[in-house]
Amino acid sequence: MSALPAHDALLSLRGLTTVFPTRHGEVRAADGVDLDVRPGECLGVVGESGSGKTVTFLSVLDLVRRPGRIEAGTIVFDGRDLRRLPPEALRAIRGRDIAMTMQDALTALNPAFTVGAQIAEVLEAHGRATGRSALDRAVQLLEQVGVPDPARRVGVYPHQLSGGLRQRAMIAAALACQPRLLIADEPTTALDVTIQAQVLDLIADMRQRLGMSVVLITHDLGIVAERCDRVVVMYAGQVVESGPTRQVIGAPAHPYTAGLLASMPRLNQTRAAIRPIEGQIPDPARLPPGCRFEPRCPRRRSECLQPVPMRDIVRAERAFGARAVRCVLAGAAP
Amino acid sequence: MTVAAPLLRARNLVKHFDLRHGLARLVQPQHGHVVRAVDDVELEIRRGETLGLIGESGSGKSTLGRLAIRLLDADAGEVRFDGTDLLRLEPAELVRLRRRMQIIFQDPYASLNPRRTVEDIVGLGLRIHERSAAPSTRDRVVDMLERVGLSAAHLHRYPHQFSGGQRQRIGIARALVLRPDFVVCDEPVSALDVSIQAQIIALLNELKRDFGLTYLFISHDLSVVAHLADRIAVMYLGRIVETGPASRLIEAPAHPYTQALFAAVPRIDAGGERPPRLQGDMPSALDPPAGCRFHTRCPHAGERCRRVEPAPIEVAAGHTAACHLHGDGV
Repeated sequence: MSALPAHDALLSLRGLTTVFPTRHGEVRAADGVDLDVRPGECLGVVGESGSGKTVTFLSVLDLVRRPGRIEAGTIVFDGRDLRRLPPEALRAIRGRDIAMTMQDALTALNPAFTVGAQIAEVLEAHGRATGRSALDRAVQLLEQVGVPDPARRVGVYPHQLSGGLRQRAMIAAALACQPRLLIADEPTTALDVTIQAQVLDLIADMRQRLGMSVVLITHDLGIVAERCDRVVVMYAGQVVESGPTRQVIGAPAHPYTAGLLASMPRLNQTRAAIRPIEGQIPDPARLPPGCRFEPRCPRRRSECLQPVPMRDIVRAERAFGARAVRCVLAGAAP
Repeated sequence: MTVAAPLLRARNLVKHFDLRHGLARLVQPQHGHVVRAVDDVELEIRRGETLGLIGESGSGKSTLGRLAIRLLDADAGEVRFDGTDLLRLEPAELVRLRRRMQIIFQDPYASLNPRRTVEDIVGLGLRIHERSAAPSTRDRVVDMLERVGLSAAHLHRYPHQFSGGQRQRIGIARALVLRPDFVVCDEPVSALDVSIQAQIIALLNELKRDFGLTYLFISHDLSVVAHLADRIAVMYLGRIVETGPASRLIEAPAHPYTQALFAAVPRIDAGGERPPRLQGDMPSALDPPAGCRFHTRCPHAGERCRRVEPAPIEVAAGHTAACHLHGDGV
C-alpha cells in the first residue's frame, strides 16, 4: 500500500496511531493503521477484542475519549485531512457525511429522550429540519428502517424497544442526513441470529439506496464473507492483512487470518475438528518487539522477532483489488 | 442401538415467573403479568451424550437448564435424574445429589466471586461435599487446574487477574472438581473471542471424553452447537419445537422456525438459495400467541396454526417436530 492517501478512496487512513496512557505505560491501541474505503463499497474490519478496530474508527470521528489521543497519521476524507480541520468543521462532517452506529444501542441512545427527539436532534444540528418537520422526518426515517408503527414509535423511549428495533432506531439516526460513509460498529453482536439477518439486510439495502460506503466492524468472519467486498484484518493494534473478501477468506495469507478461520465452528461441518489458536492476545503494554502474532504463530521463525512491515502481495491497477499482508512468509510457499 | 435409560428425563415441566413479586413488580407489564418461561416441556438426555439446546433470547433455554438441576424450582412437572425425582427430594438429599450435577455459566466475569482466590473458588465444592482438610483439597484443586490448562501458580490469584478465557477455565475446574456425571453448560463460550472460544470448545470436548460426562449445552450460537452436540433441541417461547440427531436436524430441519434459524446463520462458504428472512421479533412470553406460538412469524401459517397448538410429531427416527405441516396440515 502506498504511503500516500489513495486518491480514489472516500476515506484513506495512513499511519493512524492512537495512544492511551496507562499505569503500565503508553498503550498504542491503533498503531500505524493504513486503510482505504472506496466510494460505495462495504469494507469489513475484523479482529478480536483489543485489536484496535473500534478505536481506529472512533479516531476518524475524533471521538477518542481523553486521555486517549491521536498521536500520528493522516485521516483523509473526500480529499481533506480531518486532523487539520478546526473542530467546528469536523463537527459539521460528523453525523452529516460520516455517521457511526455503536455496538450497544441501549447505551448509545440517551435513555432520557424519545427516539424521535434523538433523530430530530441530528437533523436540527445539521440544519436539515426543525421542530415539527424534524419529527415528521424522524417518522419517515423510522419507517424506512423498518420500524413498525413509526408514528407511535417516534414518541417512545429507547428502553421500550426490543434490541432489534433499538438498533434500527440508531441506524435511522445515523442515516438522518444521508451520510456518504456509515461506520457500523458490531451492529448485530447483541442481537439474535434472525434479527441479525434483518439488520444486516437493512444496512445493505440502505447502502444501495443511498449509494453510501459502509464500514462493518465485526468479529464474525461469516458476516464478512456474506456482506463485505473487501476485508481488513486487525491484530493487537495493527492491520495484518487486507484484500478482496473472497481471496482473503479463500486463501488467507497471514497465519492469524488462517487461525481465525480454522477456529470457527461451521454449521455444515459438524464434528469437523476446529483448530484453536494457542495462547492469547499480547498485553498491549508489553507487545512483542517483532511480529505481534509471533508468540502464538505455528509458523514463526527467527525473522519474526524483527518488526514486520505490510507488504503488497497482489498489486492491482485499481487499489481495489490489491492484497497486502504483514508477514515474513508473504509470497513464500505455504 | 441399545436404548439405555436416560440420565435425565423431564416431563410436563413448567416454570412461570410472576411479575407481581419481587423487583420485577416495578416494571409495568403491557400484557399479563406471568412470564411463561418454560411451558410444558419434555426433555430427555442420554448418558454420555451432549444435548444442544438452542433458541433465541427469551426462549426459556437458560431457565430450562436451571430447572434440570433444580437450581430453580419448577412449578409443575417432573425431573428424574438417574431415576430419582429431583423435585421431591429433601434439601439434604438434594445437596448430596448436587455433586453429580454441575453448571458452567456464561459470564466468566460475573460468575466468579471477585474476593476469593482460585483455590477457594475451585475447592469450595470439595469442602462442602467432603469436609476434607485443606492439604488434600489443594492437591485435587491443582490436579483439576492442570486438567483445564492452568497450574498451581494460579492458586492464590483472584479472578480479575485472569483473561476471559482463563476465567472460563476456572469456572470449568470448579464444575468438574467433584467429578460430576452431568454438566449444564449455559452459553459457556458466548462471551469469548473466536480464537479463545475454540480453545474452550476443544477443552470441553476433551474433558467430556476423559471424564465420561453428559452435557446439556445451551447456546444461541448454532455453529457452536452443531460442532458439539449429538442431539439438538430447539426452543421457542417456552416450548421445545423440534428435537433430533444433530446432523439430521442441520441437514433437514423439519420445523419452520428451525429452518429460519439455520438459514439466518452467516456462513463463510456461502452459496445456494436461502429461505426468506423471518420477519418481526419474537412475541412476548407474557402473552404468547394462541395455537402454534410461532404462527405470527411463520411463512407457512394457516388457519389451524392460529387455533390449535401442534403436538410433537415424529418425522423420522428420533426426530420430532411440533408443526401441523407434518401432521394434519395447516
